[in-house]
Amino acid sequence: MEAVEKISGAQDDIIVIEDLYKSFGETDVLIGFSLTVKRAENVVVLGKSGTGKSVLIKCLVGLIEPDSGEIKLFGQSISGLRNEELDKVRLKTGFLFQSAALYDSMSVRENLKFPLRRSELDETEKDKKVQDILENVGLTEAIDKMPSELSGGMKKRAGLARTLILEPEIMLYDEPTTGLDPITSKEISELILEMQKKLKITSIIITHDMACAKRTADRIIILKDGKVFVEGTYEKLERSEDEFVMSFFV
Amino acid sequence: MPGISNYINNSRKKALKQSSETAGNLKKFFNSVGDVSFFALRFFRETFRLPFEFTEFVRQCYRIGNKSLGLIAITGFIMGLVLTLQSQPVLAEFGAQSWLPGMVALSIVKEMGPVITALICAGKIGSGIGAELGSMKVTEQIDAMEVSAINPFRFLVVTRILACTLMIPVLVIFSDAIGIFGSYVGINIRADYSFRLFFDAAFASIDFIDFIPALIKSFFFGFVIGLIGCYKGYTAASGTESVGVAANSAVVAASLAVFVVDMIAVQISNMLV
Repeated sequence: MEAVEKISGAQDDIIVIEDLYKSFGETDVLIGFSLTVKRAENVVVLGKSGTGKSVLIKCLVGLIEPDSGEIKLFGQSISGLRNEELDKVRLKTGFLFQSAALYDSMSVRENLKFPLRRSELDETEKDKKVQDILENVGLTEAIDKMPSELSGGMKKRAGLARTLILEPEIMLYDEPTTGLDPITSKEISELILEMQKKLKITSIIITHDMACAKRTADRIIILKDGKVFVEGTYEKLERSEDEFVMSFFV
Repeated sequence: MPGISNYINNSRKKALKQSSETAGNLKKFFNSVGDVSFFALRFFRETFRLPFEFTEFVRQCYRIGNKSLGLIAITGFIMGLVLTLQSQPVLAEFGAQSWLPGMVALSIVKEMGPVITALICAGKIGSGIGAELGSMKVTEQIDAMEVSAINPFRFLVVTRILACTLMIPVLVIFSDAIGIFGSYVGINIRADYSFRLFFDAAFASIDFIDFIPALIKSFFFGFVIGLIGCYKGYTAASGTESVGVAANSAVVAASLAVFVVDMIAVQISNMLV
């Protein structure tokens, strides 16, 4: 862990993806994808459904193994890492799933305490941490509720809280506002921004929600044919005259 | 004779199609056996790696053992009762009614108790594990566990297989006891046996050695039920339909595996005794 911290302190490019290839059977999903993300930067990834956006962030945490290419997190290449070493990197990398992926046999409190199983904190400290993080995401009233009793927005907040409890340096959001009403979507987007400012978290946000992209993005990349088609700020891409780029902003 | 040659051609095509389907099914079957074997190897490897999820293991033992007691008690009681009621008239014809307690007790302890209990558990526990893990897989809960640096195989699979392996023999002993009690109730419907007389007669025909093979095979029953339930759930495809498929195929495969294990166990114990 110390080695990772030293390396992360030394470098500003916290996520480096070089020439990434991934295919499923006959279907090529990522074809030479490259991306560099700086510390505390929010990068939004746009693209049509099925273009490999979720595959990309799953490759980053080792849930999917790429066919070739290199992924460096905190300056450390994650390919070929042993499970224990990969787990150390994962502890500093949060992942918010599209469905929030709360453990449905556990209450919100138990869900949040689950990632702390290996932590050296005692039960009182863990409880305090859970309370604090739930206050941050505005969900203290739901602490003893089961996931089935939560609304879509509450589930997303609880999922976010569970991820943030490990104090990650990188956050990967897989469609954080999908299926939510505009007001809740705005709240989640603001929460992402707040986390970036408060905790200096670096984020990759996969979304189809342009309002969310506008609010959260420092930089937007558009994925096409398995690689970066175009990148820039929201304002720059909004003015693009390319038909494919324009189709996202209509 | 174009009609006959057409008929022969069609029959040949049909036979070819059927044989290629059979070959495909066989290939699928052997692939599954290979996959389950690798899954079992991974289980043995992960079991001896630290940290061991002891709290989850105890929770699973409670879920598998305690929560199955009611069902096992009812089926065990009915098993003993029905076996007694069915055997009583046949033995009466030969004037061998006094053998009834011993015969029923022996068949319950050696065969009926372990197999019936294992089949009930394959249905209740195997399907439960298959559906639970399948649903966790589909809703990305297993991935969520992995990204929070908790080994999901160790947490979900190792604990469940060990709990099944340990608790099913306990349930078998419980079912045997209730089954013998059911036999006592059954015998007293038509005759008047004292509790003491019945149990003396029952246990006179059972040696301690009769328990051992039955108990050992119960551990294997538990292991295959846990293994197959976990395998089907953990490797479920995406989509809600696959949760049902995982649960259903877990029951079918685990029940079949129980019979295969039983057949092997009987052969081995016959060779040894």
